[in-house]
This record gives sequence, C-alpha cells and structure tokens, in this order.
Amino acid sequence: MTISFGNPDRPNSYIGKTVPRPNAPRLVQGRGKYVDDIVLPRMAHVVFVRSPHAHAQIGAIDTAEASGVKGVLRIFTGAEIAAVCTPWVAVLAHLKGLKSPPQHAVAVDRTCWVGEPVAAVVATSRAAAEEAAALVEVDYTPLPAVTDMMTALDADTPVLHPEMGDNLAFRRLHEEGDVEAAFARAHKVVEAHFKTARHTGVTLEPRSILVDWNPAEGQMTAWHATQAPHMMQTVFAKHLDLPEGRVRVICDDVGGSYGIKVHVYPDEVATAAIAKIMARPVKFVADRLESFTTDIHARDHEIGARLAVDADGKILAFDIDDWTAIGAYSVYPRTSAIEGNQVVNLCGGPYDFANYRAQTSVVFQNKTPTCQYRAVGHPIAVAVTEGLVDMAAAAIGMDPVEIRRRNLYADDAYPVTSPAKMRFEGLSHHASLNKLLELMNYDALRAEQAALREKGIHRGIGIASFIELTNPSPFMYGIGGARISAQDGCTVRMDPDGSIVALSGVTEQGQGTEAMLAQIVAEGVGVPPARVRVITGDTQVTPYGGGTWASRGAGIGGEAALQSALALKASILEVAGAMLQSPADALDIRDGQVVDSATGEARMPLEELGRIVYFRGDTLPKGLPRELVQTRHFITSDYPFAFTNGVQASYLEVDTGTGEVKLLKHWCVEDCGRIINPQLVDEQIRGGIVQGLGGALYEEIHYDADGQLLNGSMADYLVPMAAEMPDMIVGHVETPTMESALGAKGAGEAGTAGAPAAVMNAINDALRPMGAQVTAMPFTPERILRAMGQIED
Amino acid sequence: MKALAGGYARARDVAHAVDLLAKADGMGRVLAGGQSLIAAMNMRLSTGDMLVDISRIDALRGVTVDGESLRIGALTRHADIGADPLVARHAPLLAQAVQHIAHAAIRNRGTIGGSLAHADPAAEFPACVLALGGTIHLQGPEGARTVAAEDFFIDIFETAIAEGEILTAITLPLAEAGEQHLLIETARRSGDYALAGLCLVKRAAGYRLSAFSVGPRPVLAVAAMERLDAGDVAGAVAALRAEIDPPGDTQASAAYRRHLAGVLLTRALHDLTGETA
Ligand SMILES: Cc1cc2nc3c(=O)[nH]c(=O)nc-3n(C[C@H](O)[C@H](O)[C@H](O)COP(=O)(O)OP(=O)(O)OC[C@H]3O[C@@H](n4cnc5c(N)ncnc54)[C@H](O)[C@@H]3O)c2cc1C
Repeated sequence: MTISFGNPDRPNSYIGKTVPRPNAPRLVQGRGKYVDDIVLPRMAHVVFVRSPHAHAQIGAIDTAEASGVKGVLRIFTGAEIAAVCTPWVAVLAHLKGLKSPPQHAVAVDRTCWVGEPVAAVVATSRAAAEEAAALVEVDYTPLPAVTDMMTALDADTPVLHPEMGDNLAFRRLHEEGDVEAAFARAHKVVEAHFKTARHTGVTLEPRSILVDWNPAEGQMTAWHATQAPHMMQTVFAKHLDLPEGRVRVICDDVGGSYGIKVHVYPDEVATAAIAKIMARPVKFVADRLESFTTDIHARDHEIGARLAVDADGKILAFDIDDWTAIGAYSVYPRTSAIEGNQVVNLCGGPYDFANYRAQTSVVFQNKTPTCQYRAVGHPIAVAVTEGLVDMAAAAIGMDPVEIRRRNLYADDAYPVTSPAKMRFEGLSHHASLNKLLELMNYDALRAEQAALREKGIHRGIGIASFIELTNPSPFMYGIGGARISAQDGCTVRMDPDGSIVALSGVTEQGQGTEAMLAQIVAEGVGVPPARVRVITGDTQVTPYGGGTWASRGAGIGGEAALQSALALKASILEVAGAMLQSPADALDIRDGQVVDSATGEARMPLEELGRIVYFRGDTLPKGLPRELVQTRHFITSDYPFAFTNGVQASYLEVDTGTGEVKLLKHWCVEDCGRIINPQLVDEQIRGGIVQGLGGALYEEIHYDADGQLLNGSMADYLVPMAAEMPDMIVGHVETPTMESALGAKGAGEAGTAGAPAAVMNAINDALRPMGAQVTAMPFTPERILRAMGQIED
Repeated sequence: MKALAGGYARARDVAHAVDLLAKADGMGRVLAGGQSLIAAMNMRLSTGDMLVDISRIDALRGVTVDGESLRIGALTRHADIGADPLVARHAPLLAQAVQHIAHAAIRNRGTIGGSLAHADPAAEFPACVLALGGTIHLQGPEGARTVAAEDFFIDIFETAIAEGEILTAITLPLAEAGEQHLLIETARRSGDYALAGLCLVKRAAGYRLSAFSVGPRPVLAVAAMERLDAGDVAGAVAALRAEIDPPGDTQASAAYRRHLAGVLLTRALHDLTGETA
C-alpha cells in the first residue's frame, strides 16, 4: 500500500498537515508527569557530595557528623558503590585509537573535575540529604589540573591519566586530493582561527531519575528523564549485573533534552546502584548548579582553517585543524570523539570541491566531560566553512551569494560523495538559496544596508549554507560495538471501539514526536488523529528502538509507524472483506469507517468491526486471520545517513559604541524531505535557531586556570531570551528520501547548525568597512569592540 | 538546593519588626520582596537566617509628597514605582529605572527598600537615589535616624544600616521645573543587571551623575560632574573613566566597562541636551 502524497485532497490526508498535539493540553494544564512528580512508598532521596577540585586525590571520607543529621539513611563512598557497579569505558571500535580510562559512578581514589560525585548521601528528604552532604568531610590532596586545550599535549603538561600515556584521547586525519598543490596554485588563500565556546543544553527539566529495585521480583524499574530508554536498560543491566530483561526503563514526560539526556551519567547510575543496595526507591533530581557542573558540555573547539580559491571564486581546497577538549573521560557509551569527528565529516559540506584535509585532535582535561548536544559538530563545521567562504568572497571582491552559487553542489548532481566521503542522496542547495533570497528580498536589503551605512548605522547580512546529518544507520554507533539501536519499531493495534493504540520506540521530550506519530498512524489506518493514542518511553511495552537522537524520530520512527499502520489497515480490510463479502482491495478505511474505495460509500464503522472480531468471532470464517495488531521495524540501509540541507540568513545591527549586536531578522530555508507536520517542523527550526543564536551571542561556560567553573547559574550563564530574538521566517524545499515510503528526513537540528555561522557572517559584514573581524564565539559586546580596537587595557 | 532558614516570623508593625530583630541574636534578617534574599537562600549562600517578614506592614508602602520632598515607603514595589504618578512627576529617574530592573515577575515583588538595603553595586535604584541626592530613613532599637545617600552605600552588599535597623523609607527632593533625568545602561539581555549604567540629572544648579555596575558601590562621579558644569564633555568622559574602578567578570572586563561608561555618558548627554562630544 502506498500513499499518494502528491494529492492533498486524498482521504485521511493528515501527513503534511498541522494537527493538534495530543499531549499539549496535558502539559499546558500542569497535568504532565515528570520524574519529580512521582512519589513512591518508602522513597528516599540521594544527594551527591561533589568535588570542589578539578583534580585531587581522595583520602579519608569522614561521614560521622553527616550521619547524625535527622533523616539520613546511609552514606556511600565510591568504593561502596563500585562493589555493586562496574566501571565503564567509553570507546567505539570504529573511532580508531580512541581511548579513555574506566570511569566509576562515584569517584574512587581520585576526582577529575569540579562537580564529579565523590560520595552519596541518602535521606528521607532532599533537604536532609543536602544538609548532611555539606557535612561530609573529604580529605582531598589537590593534583595539578590540565585546563588549557592547546597545551594539553605539551611535554611539560601533566598527563591526566598516566596509564593512558598522554592527554590525547583521539585524533583523526582525513585527506582527499592534493591539498598542498591546490593551495600552491590558488589565486587567493584566506585563513582564520575560530573558537566556539564551551556550552551546555540547559534543559528546563533537569536530569532526573527514580529507581526502584524489587528483590521479590528481581526487577529494576527506572523512571528516567532520558532520550534513550532501551540504551539505558542495557547500561543498568550490564553495570549492575542484572539480566537485561529484568530492567524496565520508563520515561513519562521529559522536559527537554537537546542531546543532554542521551548519555550515561555517573550520578544516575549510582542512584540505580543505591536503589539495588537499599532495596527501596531512590530519587535523584539535579539542581541547576549540578546541571551546570555535571550535564555534558559541548562545542569547546578551536579551529585553525584555510581556504583556497581560484580567480573565479571556485573553491580549490579546505584545510582544517580542529581541536577540542572533552574533560577527563570520554562519555559513555556514545563517546566524546563524535563531535570532533563530525567537524572532519562536515566541513565544506555544501560545496563541490576536490581537495580536503581535516584533522581533529581530542584531548583530555580536568573539566566537565563534553559529548553530543543538539546538532553535534554542525555549528562548528558550518561556522568554519561559511566564515571562510565569506572571507574568500571579500578577498576577491565577490558577493557572498555569488561565491556560493559557484560552489554549491548542483541540484542535479546527486547521488554524490563529498571529499569528506559523505554520501548525499539528494539535496537542494540552489533551490533553497533561491527561495531564501526571495524571502529576504536580498537586493533590497543590500540597498538598505548601504543607505544606512551612509548615516553611520552599521548593519550586516550573513548567509550560511549547511548540511545536516539525520536518520543515522548503525554506521554512527552500532558498528563501533555500542548497543545503541539505529532501527526502530512501532506496534499499532485496533481495540474493540475502533480506536487505535500505537506503541513506538522513539521518544517524546517535548518536541512533538507523539503528534507526528499520531498523524502518521491516523493516515496509515484511516482514522482521525484524535482516535490514536500514542505510547512511547517504556522498555517493557514498546517495540525495541533507539529513542531520540540525531534527528531520527520522524524519519525512522515515523516510517515504522507508517508501515505498521498500513499493515494494520490491510488486516482490518481482510476481516472487513470477509464480513462484507467484498474483495479487500475494493474497500478502504476513511475517517474511521470501512468504505467502498471506488465510491467512498460507507460500509461499516470500525467499532462494528471491532465488536464482531472481539465479541462475536464465532460469526467469522474459521481460519480468517483476525490479528488487529501489527508491528513493523525500520532501518535505513542505502545510505549511512540521510543528509538534509538548508541555508540561513541573519540581518543585524552592530552598535559600534557599545559593541552590542541587535538581531533584526532571521531566515531559514531547509529541506527535511517530506514534511509531516508543518508547524512542528517550523517550531523545531525556530527553536533550533534560538539555540544557535545562543551559541553565537551569549552562551559560554567559563573556567579559571585551576578548572573552577565560574558561571554555574542562570544569572551568569546567559541563554537566549525572547526579548532579544528576531522575527524568523522559515521556508522549505522538499526532497523526500527514497529510502522510505514516508520520505522524511530530520528537522530538529538544522536551525542550530546554521544560525551561528549566519550571525558571524552578518557581524563581519557589518564590521568589514572598519577593517574588523570576529571569529571567537560568543560575540560579546567586548569581543566586538576589541576586534575594532576600541578597548584600551 | 533547598534553603535552610533558622526561623520565620511575620512582623505586625515596624516596632514589632525591630523587636524581632533584636531578639534574633545577630541572625535576624529582614524579608521584604524576597527577590534577592530567597535566591541567595536557595543557593545556600545564606543559611540559618531568622527571617523577619516585614512584607505585610502597610505603613511601609506607598508614595507621598511630604512638604519639599517625595517620600517612598520601603515596601513600595518596583512595579508600583514604575506606575506611580507622583514618581513620574517628581522623580522620573526612578520610573525610568524600573524599565531596566529584571522582569515583570520580579518587579511585582521586589521593593525599593530591599533594593537599597541589598546594595547590589549593579542595581539601578541605589544609583538613582545617589544621583538625586536622596535621604535614607532607618529605624532601630535606638530610634529613627536618617542617612544621606552619599554616606549610605559602603561596599558590595554593605550599607550604613546598623545591626537591628530597618530601612523604612527614602525621601527625595522634588524635581524642580525644567529638571531633566536620564538613566542609560547596557545589559547583555533585557532584564539583566547592567554591564555599566549611568544616572544623569540636570538641575539649574548643575549636573549630577552617578554610575552603577562600575565598582563595589554606586559612584557619584564628582569630577565628571564638575567638567560637565564647565561644558567640557570630553573632559567629563575622561574624568568619569578615571573615577570609576569597575570589576572584571565573565561578562566583561574592567577595561570594557570603563570604556562603556564613557560611551554611555556621551550618549546620555546627547539624549538629554543634544550636545555631542
Ligand atoms: C532574576 C533577577 C534579576 C534581577 N535583576 C535586577 C536588576 O536588573 N536590577 C536591580 O536593581 N535588581 C534586580 N534584581 C533584584 C531585585 O530588584 C530585588 O527585588 C531587590 O534587589 C531586593 O528587593 P526585595 O524587596 O526583593 O528584597 P529581599 O530579597 O527581601 O531582601 C534583600 C536584602 O535586603 C534586606 N532588606 C530588605 N528590605 C529591607 C528593609 N526594609 N530594611 C532592611 N533590610 C532590608 C534583606 O534582609 C536582604 O538582605 C533581580 C532579581 C532577580 C531574581
């Protein structure tokens, strides 16, 4: 069965329409159920004593005074947790050479960053546990801390993990063509040093987990704010020595994730270990300071980069030297080498060129571990690529649009393999750029910019083309040996009243997964979306799946939902055919009714079919298949990843007196293949842009030279706020992937991927007449004035 | 984190509050709008406080004209100051300030007395009161006394309020005919504390200029005021930059703040008088 997506008037045409989100009223009315809302009998609370040192030997831990606090049940040291919980090592076989030492849930002997758990206090209330935690005396002997990325490999820098030999966690060099020769014959070479600041995801709901261990059943249940319940099931089972089938992970409502909640956190595993030891439910909810010191950080990169062009502006070669510092451990199980690896994979991504060299060097340091965060590596690669392209345009006196036109892959060039060895099935760079220019009225905007410049008003226009990696296959993690599922499944069933229940392995963290699934299933079966109930986030209930990461929910989970819904429809029609004495293919289901497919004439409501199947099965022919439940799984197989593309533009004004940037407007045209729900896609793009703008202008985790975190609060770590956000115009080009019937690729990260580059280029466009340029994010007022030479120290 | 208060009592009136503070054995802490205190308690930056809640003492709330001065009760909320017609007429600087203080939810609870007593060097109201030459009214076990704004702010979060005293009101001179007020600041995001800010008041007798977020307390920029009175804008900018001692932090360096203060002064003068440097 197929769907004629080209016909918007087809029956049950929910795919491609904005339909109401089934979970929105619940959340808006405060009826959501987050981990912190769950209270179980005999539930205890755990609070972690966290290291105040970036690097220190742990000596004696004195818990005498803390134990005396009213309500304290037990205090655990790292060694006591380690007795029931094995350490983990976060490496993947396909990331050759990646190394990382074993990491414990609670530090044993040595602590490696400010915030690492050193002891755990369990009490009857969070307040009592906090009070006691403050009284736990740990005898620390400070060790020298490695905090500077660029000197981490120097001979006189101490080696953080002596058994690892050096501070290099991972290095990958990729070379294609003859880079040196290309630079030698270039008409112009531009070169710059870029920095993207260390930042973090700042989810509205902090990391939260409640774990119960029932020794009578031999079953562990974890209510967990996670994006990947099945992955966590494996992790708990493996490290707490339980059969995987005896671990159940449930995610009710999750308040935002952005990649932050797809990793294994020591304190969360320790909570599970403690629940097992104490045989009672234990809850851990991070507070905001803990979030800043222990949620994964990301984007801490410095990149030296060069670009060679010929006299016509054709790109001859890119040469990228990326550095990133990941903290003291590679994060389990996805590892902390992926972000740097992505920079190598993605630089130059939109462009048709021949010579490419890119290296990433990933080093250890005594800071919070970094790992995958929304648009992993993309904002870095796009900023470097697009920054260089604009510099090259300026160097040869060409308009930034024109240089892109001359270099973007032609829209009929596909399939094609990039110099970074990324395979593109079908992209639409030129169509997207043309649409963007139309939406922004590019020529008029340039004229306005020029006119205002005469009056001393400095506005800039910045453009950034990008590619985005979505719908990953096992090439991302599975081939490296991680039990992280790239396939996903969906079970769809019809109940006696004709209503539909869909159980999916992809998860909902607020992005609208359940709305997307509901409308796909509604169209696939032929019922209104309101008759579909979607259940996600329960490893004992849903089909096995990967959850939410790398923009896979709609493309992978959506296709599984579509195929299972179509299969259920076929099952229903087979039964209906027997009941109505009609060939099944002469029937259809529309709006919850079995109809005659040629005339649309109603033949039987689904509730009548349900009544017969479930209560009067005796009236149906013996041997008629009557399973009104179908499961399908989907995995991509033709391409390792479904790449999408897009282009963004930023229009802004730089205050050359104060250095402030005022964002005036932002545009994005992207191609995520088939759009299932236009509003959800647009809001994903907008939210993603906001997160990208945060990286460009505001977000930066500061550490001092000793590895102390300096800004662990919402007053000091600046996230983008509504008042500063510009109007955003979002447009689309649709190039469906041929890998699936649905044709959907991911849309969740495109906004974040391109926004920082667009803003950087716009600022530099505004500053160029003054001979100034910024390349270190975030572009604070001070950095802008310093680039202009305005500040005297 | 969970706050750890030592105790809580709600005061009926000022005398009761002073009495409660006296009995608190040095741990007494006035609770007004709670917009700074509760945040500090929730981060356990302050623990064991015996909270004396003055927020229901009606006598401490409201704006009146009292002879030659404008009297603002300590518990008058930021939002009320922003909407008050007497403030708009006699001390428009304060109404301007409200637009820059935090967000609506905080302005609905935060009080001017709390803001002055808290004495955050980046806060707007302390600098306003300094620029306007206001007077702070205190009441304690020994009775009532007044302190001139110029003597009130001592250091970061430190004022002339003595142990056991409560700030009850501030009084300000009524704006004279033709008096001009301007508050200008630069913050990273709307509602954030300023990276630097200025209050500029132009009276018949001359300029008054205070700066905030440029040192451990709001500064009355006396040398710059003198240059302004002399009509020397460039000299005023240089003098201002010389008489402030801004901090450097994760948002901006001292050098940036010093530079910014000068830029803001040039702009403030331009906005107020059309003068350019
Ligand atoms: C997110 C956020 C942003 C903010 N941004 C700004 C800003 O941009 N600009 C700004 O100026 N402020 C800002 N504030 C602070 C806000 O203005 C506070 O309301 C104000 O600083 C304190 O007033 P309060 O009534 O809430 O005092 P409380 O928090 O109740 O008390 C603060 C301190 O003053 C003492 N105190 C209070 N009243 C009295 C009194 N009558 N007598 C003696 N002592 C007293 C208390 O004991 C305590 O030590 C912000 C606050 C928040 C939470």
